[in-house]
Amino acid sequence: MNSIAQSLPIAWSLVTAGDPQLVAVVLLSLRVSALACVFGALLGVAAGAALAVLRFPGQRGVVALLNTLLALPSVVVGLTVYLLLSRSGPLGEFGLLFTPTAMVVAQSLLVMPLIAALTRRLLVSALEQGGEQLHSLGAGPLLRAGLLLAHERLGLVTVLLTAFGRAVSEVGAVMIVGGNIEGVTRVMTTTIALETSKGDLPLALALGLVLLGVVGALHALLALLQARRGQPVEALA
Amino acid sequence: MDGMTPVPTPRPGARRRVGRLFAAAAAAALMAGAALPAAAQGRFIVMASTTSTEQSGLFKGLLPAFRQATGIEVRVVAVGTGQAIDTARRGDADVLFVHDTALEEKFVADGFAAERRDVMYNDFVLAGPKADPAGLRGSDIAAALKKLAATPQGFVSRGDKSGTHAAELRLWKAAGIDVDAQRPAGYRACGCGMGPALNMAAALNAHVLTDRATWLAFRNRSELGVLVEGDHRLFNQYGVLVVSRAKHPHVKADLAQQFADWVVSPAGQAVIAQLKVEGEPLFFPNARR
Amino acid sequence: MNGASPPTAAPDRMAPETLGAALGPPVLSLHAAGVSLGATTALTEVTLTLHRGERLVLVGSNGAGKTTLLRLLHGVLRPRAAAQRQVHRPQPARGGVVGAMVFQRPFFLRLSVRRNLRLALWLHGVPRAGREAQARLALQRVGLEALAERPAHTLSAGQQQRLALARAWALRPEVLFLDEPTASLDPAAKREVEALIDGIAREGVTLVMSTHNLGQAKRLASRVAHLEGGRLLALEPVDRFFGAAPLPAPTRLFLKGELPWTA
Repeated sequence: MNSIAQSLPIAWSLVTAGDPQLVAVVLLSLRVSALACVFGALLGVAAGAALAVLRFPGQRGVVALLNTLLALPSVVVGLTVYLLLSRSGPLGEFGLLFTPTAMVVAQSLLVMPLIAALTRRLLVSALEQGGEQLHSLGAGPLLRAGLLLAHERLGLVTVLLTAFGRAVSEVGAVMIVGGNIEGVTRVMTTTIALETSKGDLPLALALGLVLLGVVGALHALLALLQARRGQPVEALA
Repeated sequence: MDGMTPVPTPRPGARRRVGRLFAAAAAAALMAGAALPAAAQGRFIVMASTTSTEQSGLFKGLLPAFRQATGIEVRVVAVGTGQAIDTARRGDADVLFVHDTALEEKFVADGFAAERRDVMYNDFVLAGPKADPAGLRGSDIAAALKKLAATPQGFVSRGDKSGTHAAELRLWKAAGIDVDAQRPAGYRACGCGMGPALNMAAALNAHVLTDRATWLAFRNRSELGVLVEGDHRLFNQYGVLVVSRAKHPHVKADLAQQFADWVVSPAGQAVIAQLKVEGEPLFFPNARR
Repeated sequence: MNGASPPTAAPDRMAPETLGAALGPPVLSLHAAGVSLGATTALTEVTLTLHRGERLVLVGSNGAGKTTLLRLLHGVLRPRAAAQRQVHRPQPARGGVVGAMVFQRPFFLRLSVRRNLRLALWLHGVPRAGREAQARLALQRVGLEALAERPAHTLSAGQQQRLALARAWALRPEVLFLDEPTASLDPAAKREVEALIDGIAREGVTLVMSTHNLGQAKRLASRVAHLEGGRLLALEPVDRFFGAAPLPAPTRLFLKGELPWTA
């Protein structure tokens, strides 16, 4: 209990002191996870949309596989990417291991199934409402998907924020492919892991609070945006 | 819906909207990507080392001095000894810095490095409850472990193929105990690094074998104190190895060699000797000329 | 009507007389057509021909298959065999979808009224120059010009249905399909929408509409079809349907149920 009580004032002093190392670590966390969400979205939204509108044999199997991938442990993703990017691996020549790029790759793979599954659900629900009308107006399946995604843009933002939360809070993947190198690939979560293993529990908890605070600020921003547009709070059906 | 007829899509007069969105996302991604530290900025090498070495604070003192002397940045990937050696074996590191002489010699024998060089040593200590319920205090580690095994007192083992774990197993052997065959009553293997093992021992008020450097840097001691030290069998030797170009042609052998040469040079050894915690030296430089 | 002008009357074109006149050339035919939705059979053995300029109204209890039949004719549902549905007039290549359809509850994208219309026109391949003009024309036709910049979702139910009609009308459909278009509307909005539908039909647009309101059927129809259990039970000109024509027992029962004052 002592550690928990100690962590709050430490968290506060960390934030107000603005230590450049901490700032760098926070910024790297945000950049890696944000980029991972962008790349994850480019493929994930397309895959989710395709699964929602297209009919093909074995579709149910693909959806079941997708939902299974949601349970993929981050450390397994990290390990797989590590083996791919290692010098002894198939993609070793690019020398990407232990760099932030490797971390972005690993996190992109991690969030892609999540984005695909959530986008699919969003779109299936939207199609039930408006798919037939759009079809009647002359839109083919892919155009229906595109129009309804634009229609549900706020829901899509929620999907992306959910994916961001998953990415920025994971430690297994970035630890393995990044190597937690100080000043290069050390992010918030790996720092927390390191401080925990060094026995500095109040500091570790404090960093955890800082991480939550940063993500919380993003969500507050979204809520503000929704309120200004007069939209009700979007919930994923 | 079943039976929906296909409708050919009209040519995109305003699919530009979706296209613009993609372009914006890609541009943002590229800009953000450029902001990430580039993979090859300046001269640097990747060093695979152990968690106990990093957590002792050695690198905080050593690496900036090396950078000042040579301009070379050293990026440390700190994992267990087994994983560090594996990393070097795969060619994902340029230089190896661990403390398990037997495994290092095997590494050389397998052709992954030309040679290994002694750099420094520290010692292990047996930490445990300051009240010493098992009566272990002294300087004979084998006798202490024998006594410990006969009691139900707790002992936390790293159990992770690390250098410390290997040393621990050697010491149990020296005490005549096979921990696999006849596990002592309080033996707990956590499969974790030195820090977490110490945390666990502090929480359980149990005994643990730790290197002195990590012990000195460890802040969460609770009721623990040093019980056994000074036995020559508790000696912990560190070695540096440059990964060979023969096995991995891409390795930055020249830069890595500069590191190996510097750390055994008088300059490097002097830096090591100056590293202290609470007035006690972390390591004892012992490179041979 | 909140701040919107009354609908302007469309130019009156020569429409064929509904009572006893020869039916125009065929537009669509169904030959013993059936539709399966998953495991259920929604329609069986439906044979009918839709003629140019006619106003076909579908009646029947809930679940009888009116909605399915509308969709089958329109083309958003496929029959069990392709040959069961035949399109007679060469249609613009839109994969078999004929005309335009107005649903009971219209769906609009989160855009303004005007943008929704322009989008529909774009989907139909209308070039940019024409879209603005035709959109404005359609809004005038239904009296919604004043609300052109409002988000479509903020319109009342009646206004939304008028917008849906505008959207369908703007596409210059040969056939207008309507699925219980006034069922969710209050009496005043019902009258407005019905007047609009009547006006569109007078322009020569073929009408296929389903309704629960037999009075509406009487007012608007030239022919009436009764569906029950996925089958077409009766198909008669409107005066004969509500008059002296011999009808199958289920149809007579249906009429009795809906019109308690019928003997």
